[in-house]
Amino acid sequence: MRKMLLNGLIHPPLTEAGPTADEIAALAAELDHAARRRLGRSLSIREVDAGSCNGCELEVNALGNAFYDLERFGIRFVASPRHADVLLVTGPVTLNMKEALERTWNATPDPKWVVAAGACALDGGLFKESYACAGGVHAVIPVDLHIPGCPPTPMQLLAGLLALMER
Amino acid sequence: MATSPLLEILSRGRPAEAHRPWPRFVVGGDLWIALTNGLVERHWTLAGLWGDDGAVHMALIEEASQSLAIATYDCPDGRYPSVGKYHPPAIRPERALHDLFGLEPEGLPDTRPWLDHGRWPVRHPLAAEPAAGTEAQPYRFLPAEGEGLHQIPVGPVHAGIIEPGHFRFTANGETVVRLEERLGYTHKGTERLMASMPVTEAARLAARISGDSTVAYGIAFASATEAALGIEVPARAHWLRALMAEIERLANHFGDIGAVCNDAAFAMMLAHCGALRERLLRAAAAAFGHRLMMDRVVPGGVAADLDETGIAAIRDAVRIASAAFPRLIELYDNTASLQDRMIGTGIVSSALVHRYGCGGFVGRASGRGFDARRTLPYPPYDALDFEVPVLNQGDVGARVWIRIREAQQSMALIGQILDRLPDGPHHVPATGSGPGEGVGIAEGFRGDVLACVAVDGDGKVRRCHLRDPSWFQWPLLEAAIEGNIVADFPLCNKSFNCSYSGHDL
Repeated sequence: MRKMLLNGLIHPPLTEAGPTADEIAALAAELDHAARRRLGRSLSIREVDAGSCNGCELEVNALGNAFYDLERFGIRFVASPRHADVLLVTGPVTLNMKEALERTWNATPDPKWVVAAGACALDGGLFKESYACAGGVHAVIPVDLHIPGCPPTPMQLLAGLLALMER
Repeated sequence: MATSPLLEILSRGRPAEAHRPWPRFVVGGDLWIALTNGLVERHWTLAGLWGDDGAVHMALIEEASQSLAIATYDCPDGRYPSVGKYHPPAIRPERALHDLFGLEPEGLPDTRPWLDHGRWPVRHPLAAEPAAGTEAQPYRFLPAEGEGLHQIPVGPVHAGIIEPGHFRFTANGETVVRLEERLGYTHKGTERLMASMPVTEAARLAARISGDSTVAYGIAFASATEAALGIEVPARAHWLRALMAEIERLANHFGDIGAVCNDAAFAMMLAHCGALRERLLRAAAAAFGHRLMMDRVVPGGVAADLDETGIAAIRDAVRIASAAFPRLIELYDNTASLQDRMIGTGIVSSALVHRYGCGGFVGRASGRGFDARRTLPYPPYDALDFEVPVLNQGDVGARVWIRIREAQQSMALIGQILDRLPDGPHHVPATGSGPGEGVGIAEGFRGDVLACVAVDGDGKVRRCHLRDPSWFQWPLLEAAIEGNIVADFPLCNKSFNCSYSGHDL
């Protein structure tokens, strides 16, 4: 273990530059300015899987790895909606998850924002016509920002989250 | 092929036409019960149980003769003899089947709904004539009685970035005396959406049953469809599929090894394993155009050919991983505080994994050596050299070790595949003569994925059932946690890493 820790000191970090200003600006255009000013430079996120295939979760988890190092931007995932500024919601919102999503939203203190991540979260995606799905996050709670992709890449997710903050 | 008592019994039924590559037989009540007895006596293993329009199907695997077969019980009156009454692994599939089709399992001891939480506008959505939805009823959890017991409800929204499901713990102080799972939260109605879709479109849904196993699902669905339509896939496509499958397995095992250690508060392993996983996903994106390789396996072959840049990217990622991995294994094995959490935690008995036909690292950590790549070999694995590691301890530590050993095997397999990748076309058109029925099985990182597809005369899916390995792993998590402390549940759960979405469909 000592050798590995020493290597960590000698070698440069794996962490790469974040998304470019253009990539962020494209998503920021969707947001109203007030949201960005209010959130400032820090963001606490509660992730809610509302019926995704778990592909989105894999990429959200990847944000924590050494290449993206989410926390350097002041963004962190929290364990309770009561600690969150932002709900990051994935999946087409299955009817079996609808109430849980509503209750999570109600448990999140104001001011709060909702980011819908992935093709399913936009409008239900491939599951749009299903008897078991509400057809996207906006059908259940108000959405402030949508990050596209199936699943969105960590870089797309990062650009979306940074767009929420004034940078 | 060795003589097969399973096929001997089944052949007394009526064989279904155009069912490939494994046979299907329509059986009467006597044979259905004889087959159930065979499950109880462990002559064969339940590989799936699902509904159809006025019929119930049961997939059975007989390991000794390396055969798989499907038994169908026609039930125009909507009732069939319950398998779960005698063989508990069938209980949840029968509950799900009832929710979706309204077919009554006669004698099933547990008749609570499973996937249907009373939230859908319809009841029995896959039945020929669905009924109107009803009000949600409170769910009755199984009782646990005694002095000093208390309940802890967890979920469906969890503290981490994971899928939704509900866990009801009954604990005495710190010790769990009963865990009961309630799943179905991610039910998306996939099987009904698939019905009447062209096979190429249905393949996109199959790729999204469980995102972490998208390649395995792609292979299972594509091979079932190809069998149903009588399509011969070019050799290069088989090899490219296996290449993707091994990259998927390796990436997931790296992710899991790191995550299990992280749940034991050893974040360093997660950091290092996470970096190895990321490198592999980037190589996959460079080689196949998608980090998770979603929609890259298609009926007829693979979506895109692999070029020299892609090969170089994969070789590079695997070279870095094989150089770094031995140091990580040493770190894992020599950290006493970590081993203290792993060893002896969440033990699953060998008897249980055999009874449940539990596949993947959960089965192999408890002495069940089943691996679809070996037991029911499909190309190109019949031409590849690899080992299937098996351990007997059955604890969290053993499940991590199986992953470590499989990751090593996968790295070697990727090398073998790249060295021997045959030339030729990577795709043929997915058109063939229907109607037909096909079965496909693929070994994903989590275990064997089974796909059964019936295609009609227009090349559209009539009925498709996809069975995730988690169906037979989730129930054993309830057994694994018994007598452990509540604080070890995340560790046990992560060491199983069952799919919620794959199970809920």
